[in-house]
Amino acid sequence: MSRILALTGPGQPAPEGAPQPEPRRPAIALDDVTKVYGHGDDALVALEHITLEVPRGQFLSILGSSGCGKSTLLSIIAGLEDVSAGRVVVDGGRPSLMFQEAALLPWLTVGRNVELPLRLRGVARAEREWEVERLLRMVHLENFHRKRPHELSGGMRQRVAIARALAQSSEVLLMDEPFGALDAITRDILHEDLTRIWEETGSTIVFVTHNVREAVRLGDRVVLLKPRPGRMARQWWIDVPRPRRYEMPEVGALADEITEHLREEIRSHGRT
Amino acid sequence: MAAPDRDAVTLEAGLDALELAHARRPPWWRRQLVPLTARLVAVGAVILAWQLAVALHVMKPAYLLPSPGEVFAVLVDQAQAGHLQEAIFNSLRRGAVGYAFALVFGTVFGILVSRVRLLRIGVGSLLSGLQSLPSVAWVPIGIIWFGLSDATIYFVVVMGAFPSIANGILAALDNIQPLLIRVGRSMGARGVGLYRHVIIPAAMPGYVAGLKQAWSFSWRSLMAAELIAHSQALGLGLGQMLDNGRALSDLALVLLAIFAILVVGVAIDELIFSPLETGIRRRRGLVEGA
Repeated sequence: MSRILALTGPGQPAPEGAPQPEPRRPAIALDDVTKVYGHGDDALVALEHITLEVPRGQFLSILGSSGCGKSTLLSIIAGLEDVSAGRVVVDGGRPSLMFQEAALLPWLTVGRNVELPLRLRGVARAEREWEVERLLRMVHLENFHRKRPHELSGGMRQRVAIARALAQSSEVLLMDEPFGALDAITRDILHEDLTRIWEETGSTIVFVTHNVREAVRLGDRVVLLKPRPGRMARQWWIDVPRPRRYEMPEVGALADEITEHLREEIRSHGRT
Repeated sequence: MAAPDRDAVTLEAGLDALELAHARRPPWWRRQLVPLTARLVAVGAVILAWQLAVALHVMKPAYLLPSPGEVFAVLVDQAQAGHLQEAIFNSLRRGAVGYAFALVFGTVFGILVSRVRLLRIGVGSLLSGLQSLPSVAWVPIGIIWFGLSDATIYFVVVMGAFPSIANGILAALDNIQPLLIRVGRSMGARGVGLYRHVIIPAAMPGYVAGLKQAWSFSWRSLMAAELIAHSQALGLGLGQMLDNGRALSDLALVLLAIFAILVVGVAIDELIFSPLETGIRRRRGLVEGA
């Protein structure tokens, strides 16, 4: 493996108060991963030779145009799909997963939705109540405990989904374009929420998006995938200090640079 | 650092408050007022038209159309003799027992067809076919197999109602959002846990819709069976009351039986199945204005 990353790379403040056992061991390690769907002539190579290490506590943005295998990559890390070749090691138990839709269970209240992962883990009742309370406070929804998902806005539902993902208390949080369907103001607020929660919990986040500014605003590091088959094109370390805002010139400059590369990747497919 | 942070929090709280600024639901009697009045008016209009038809001698000779008053007199008569209560009680009891069998059988059958591929290919379309088969068609087989007994009636009710239940649960399981199952699995729900926390609750609206439909099929099948299966041992049911009226050429009794069948059938639906269904749908935000 060519890339062994130091835990505190440029632009990465060590999360305060977060437990950091065995700092050398990455949270996620993909070693030469290839994923093929189908067989023979119909075979579709979704991912090819992906080698990637995500250190503990890193916020990694994965960027790419459609068809580059971003979602497949997340499913593989989540353990929902097998690889065709290569090796995947994920530390700290089953990763939590978030999607573009909040996918809350519509028959449960907000509180019950957040509680479900705790119930599935067999956490005792008293502790569950306390923990749900704490998680809802973290996403500023402590007053919405008894509401049903359909009574909330899209942004609020995603915040509940964040709380539910945290309730799994896994080290790794995988997010598949979670804010893609939200309006600009709501998305901006959620970016701040997510950054704050990440700093408080010290979890490792893999955040898939096709929005370059979003990737730069949030990530310690941005990996650009190129499509058909999905491979790693380039990566950037983002050392813009936090708190970051969209209006910051450094964010804009980096986003422009990455966008140019993304466009180049897409153009190259038009030529062939 | 603190200022933009607090700014975001208040902005967020503002957006949240905007989202929830809708009116409270009015109390139940306010919600029931309009539909209840509309129904009373409709029933009143029917009785009025009926009385008018009797007064104008639309049907001749007059015994072909008894007046509302005559039917009411028969109602009082039958109630005082205890026949009406007996008939309603017996029919409800048979309906409930038959429905319970259909519930168990239909649910198990629906789940099997949904989960076993071969069974689905083989039996899936047959199930829809069974639903359109009038359940009276099962009466002769029932009588030959079980004689003139309660078992015959249960058999007909089960055959009439179970396809609705099986189809309901089959459709409900097919229509579960794959994303919900994915979410359940990613949270670590497996096997029984996945069924208990995700699949069964997700299937409830479709399942209850099937249960509701199955009740009307049960009640219909029950009447068909009672109308034909007639014996001392079976005792009085609403269907038998109907047939007694026919045998005696007592049209008032026939009309009374028809009303009783209608009222009981609708009452069970309104008191049990409709609230169950709308309750489930409202909790999930599937009812408009709720």
